[in-house]
Amino acid sequence: MHNKTIAELSQGLQQKQFSSFELTEHFLNRIQQHNDKLNAFVTVTGELALAQAKGADARIASGQSNALTGVPIAQKDIFCTQGVRTSCGSKMLDNFIAPYNATVVEHFNKTGAVMLGKLNMDEFAMGSSNETSYYGPVKNPWDLGTVPGGSSGGSAAAVASRIAPGATGTDTGGSIRQPAAFCGITGLKPTYGLVSRWGMIAFASSLDQGGPMARTAEDCALMLQTMAGFDEKDSTSVNRPVDDFSATLNNSLAGLRIGLPKEFFGEGLDPEIAKLIHQAIAEYEKLGATVKEISLPNMNLSAPAYYVVAPAECSSNLARFDGVRYGYRCENPKDLHDLYTRSRGEGFGAEVKRRILIGTYVLSAGYYDAYYLKAQKIRRLISDDFKQAFQEVDVLMGPTSPSVAFRFGEKSADPIAMYLSDIYTIALNLAGLPGMSIPVGFSKNLPVGMQIIGNYFSESHLLNVAHQYQQVTDWHHKAPAEFCDEKR
Amino acid sequence: MQWETVIGLEVHAQLATRSKIFSAAATAYGAEPNTQACTIDLGMPGVLPVLNAEAVRMAVKFGLAINARVASRSVFARKNYFYPDLPKGYQISQYDLPVVGKGKLNILVDGEVKTVGVTRAHLEEDAGKSLHEDFHGLTGIDLNRAGTPLLEIVSEPDMRSAKEAVAYLKKLHALVRYLEICDGNMQEGSFRCDANVSVRPKGQQEFGTRAEIKNLNSFRFVEKAINFEVERQIELIENGGKVVQETRLYDSVKDETRSMRSKEEANDYRYFPDPDLLPLEITADFIAEVHTSLPELPDAKRDRFKTHYGLGDYDATVLTATRELADYFEAVVAEAGADAKLSANWVMGDLSGALNKAGLEIEQSPVEASRLAGLVRRINDETISGKIAKQVFEALWESKDSADDIIEKQGLKQITDTGAIESIIDQIIANNPEQLAQYRSGKDKLFGFFVGQAMKATQGKANPQQLNDLLKAKLQA
Repeated sequence: MHNKTIAELSQGLQQKQFSSFELTEHFLNRIQQHNDKLNAFVTVTGELALAQAKGADARIASGQSNALTGVPIAQKDIFCTQGVRTSCGSKMLDNFIAPYNATVVEHFNKTGAVMLGKLNMDEFAMGSSNETSYYGPVKNPWDLGTVPGGSSGGSAAAVASRIAPGATGTDTGGSIRQPAAFCGITGLKPTYGLVSRWGMIAFASSLDQGGPMARTAEDCALMLQTMAGFDEKDSTSVNRPVDDFSATLNNSLAGLRIGLPKEFFGEGLDPEIAKLIHQAIAEYEKLGATVKEISLPNMNLSAPAYYVVAPAECSSNLARFDGVRYGYRCENPKDLHDLYTRSRGEGFGAEVKRRILIGTYVLSAGYYDAYYLKAQKIRRLISDDFKQAFQEVDVLMGPTSPSVAFRFGEKSADPIAMYLSDIYTIALNLAGLPGMSIPVGFSKNLPVGMQIIGNYFSESHLLNVAHQYQQVTDWHHKAPAEFCDEKR
Repeated sequence: MQWETVIGLEVHAQLATRSKIFSAAATAYGAEPNTQACTIDLGMPGVLPVLNAEAVRMAVKFGLAINARVASRSVFARKNYFYPDLPKGYQISQYDLPVVGKGKLNILVDGEVKTVGVTRAHLEEDAGKSLHEDFHGLTGIDLNRAGTPLLEIVSEPDMRSAKEAVAYLKKLHALVRYLEICDGNMQEGSFRCDANVSVRPKGQQEFGTRAEIKNLNSFRFVEKAINFEVERQIELIENGGKVVQETRLYDSVKDETRSMRSKEEANDYRYFPDPDLLPLEITADFIAEVHTSLPELPDAKRDRFKTHYGLGDYDATVLTATRELADYFEAVVAEAGADAKLSANWVMGDLSGALNKAGLEIEQSPVEASRLAGLVRRINDETISGKIAKQVFEALWESKDSADDIIEKQGLKQITDTGAIESIIDQIIANNPEQLAQYRSGKDKLFGFFVGQAMKATQGKANPQQLNDLLKAKLQA
């Protein structure tokens, strides 16, 4: 059962080939069997999942089901779940049980999906390798000595190892796309404002966006259908009708205009990855697409701008974790200052502290204009670059990451090297654009992801573009042997 | 040396919305601690603010009332600092782009009109409260107030005395209550004031170094604190010292200000636009719609009281000081059907005096406008004299009876029957031949004696004018 996609599982449930209860038990067994090696789940909600599965079976029996009714999925531990610990990968929230559900979680509950548990992640979503989690790193199912990517590393590893059919992720600078690429799955970062941020613990509010991670574009479409939509509780959520993401999956790609940003193929890109991307592009040409080189001249400014804006917002967003009302509090504080400094000093990990410090610095009196304001201007330039590009082409394609999954410890001592692993993904967050990563082959026995970038609210088109490729290739069906007995 | 005082005020007016500025929690005052704080007010992880449209409407109302430009686009910013009663670790406020721009208020000081500039007014959320008294060795945090909408109104440094500052503050206080955007309750902290005070040698252009005085929760304290601070600064400079820029706290028990924190200790608030909230965009249509909902404002009302009721400047100013007083007066005039001046005299005179003595506001008056109007009506139609009216007023205050019932029950109706008055006069003249002779020989002062006797005989009910006229005629006959 674990080799089936969400679409196949949905069909099996509707046709009563198996019950949601059986399906859920199966995945809970797989989690029990494999999670120790992977460390993908930080909390498994077995009892809750089985109870939800029973409810889903009743719904299916009464004919009141939706596509995801009874399908088990897992939530990144950044989404608040009522009555279930929401740790955000941090010691700070190790004891935090949210009294409310994130809107995304609420949507999955309403549709009758089953939640298997909460997935490991970089602490407060700050990291590209999952090494910053308080709960220890997630392992890449393709090679347990390499990182799964981050910050949604638990989500990517769970889906790739088939211990969960689908998972939610969040993407602030590449946190869905880069782990999707490293683990050989499909991930979509939606347009900023498409998916509600209510109950999604904020890292950098103007960049954060939740999205689906699954094996196929078709599955991502089903999940996104559940996740997307205007939410009056999120002022930045966009009030517009939600597309039917599955409806256009089979549209022809004849005449599709693909742009290849030359800045994505320059120095620093692993040549084997470049080769695989070009092979994938060739497939698209076979499907009727035309290809054109374009330029995003301000691409080189995206990393510097990102590492001003994201830490600035994070320094403020994380101020609420002060040991006063919830979360970690130090032992025997002497006074208020001691309570603050030790609770935060002991509760946050090194990477989180580094970003809080950077953010505090760039917002300080006398530095604000030089850093924060300038970074915001660069954001505009980057958006304009994309706007220009989308006058000429329909989608942009390029590598998701300059390298395949790296080994544990390889970059954790060098923050800059680590930050550069997101070099191709962060520009989209600065511009608020949607992007996907789909598997397009292997290099050094590790998966390679290709990024597809679309214009604002073009998710259904992106999913169509990805799906058509997946109809003529089978990279998305490859599974790590250690976790999958069958080929498919 | 001659010194000049320079004062600017920052007022925090709590907006009278039912729910908070960024959440649906109630704003009612006085609830059990932490019962009116939802997940947003508590700053829980993952929660997001949504702006209360009513708070925006109120801010726009204020902007229009002071003839300010209402910004078509304003921005909410985060003011970052750590404090236990600030749950998010930042306050959502407005910084470089406030919703209300430059405006002005006219104040009346010593009979002269002066214009005070309002620099800006912006929306922000209030913090919670730290309670140090009730918990030995601990601090209690009550977050009921966290997220309550505030309009911070910043004046230009246009005031030159404590008296002017108080006049401005009272004018502002009246205005926000006229607009029904703030209940103005200073004890409960709904209307709070900080004063920026500096002194400079008279004639000097540049401002002196200012101190900001906090914790001024009554008009009287504002006046006393400013006066203390001005003297402190002058004395300091005259003794060769220097005023330092700092925040000072007013202690009303000791009647002094003392240093709270210096500029060096001041926080760097690291303001930046709140990414959780979109810029606030206000359309011309919305402004026009709010404009039509504006009530008559104090200055317009004062002018109308002068032209419509024929009142003098003083009366019109006093009667329009608060919307409640003005409404009360208009209700009296409408029902009394009498000369407005007579109603004005009773509202400003006996009624205000009695209210002051009892420490009551006009809206708490035991004498309702309709019952006072009943009294004025009877004075006007000469059923009772002005003197008897005071007696009736006391009865109005003590009971729920109408003026007519009181006059009837106590038999206070004025005697206007000429024949009846004449016969009483005849009797008195007959009983007092000696005084009559003295009066007729030129001792005019004795006229009062005869009036007194007649009033005594009628228990004060004789129509005074008639009595005078008839008495004069009889005595000279």
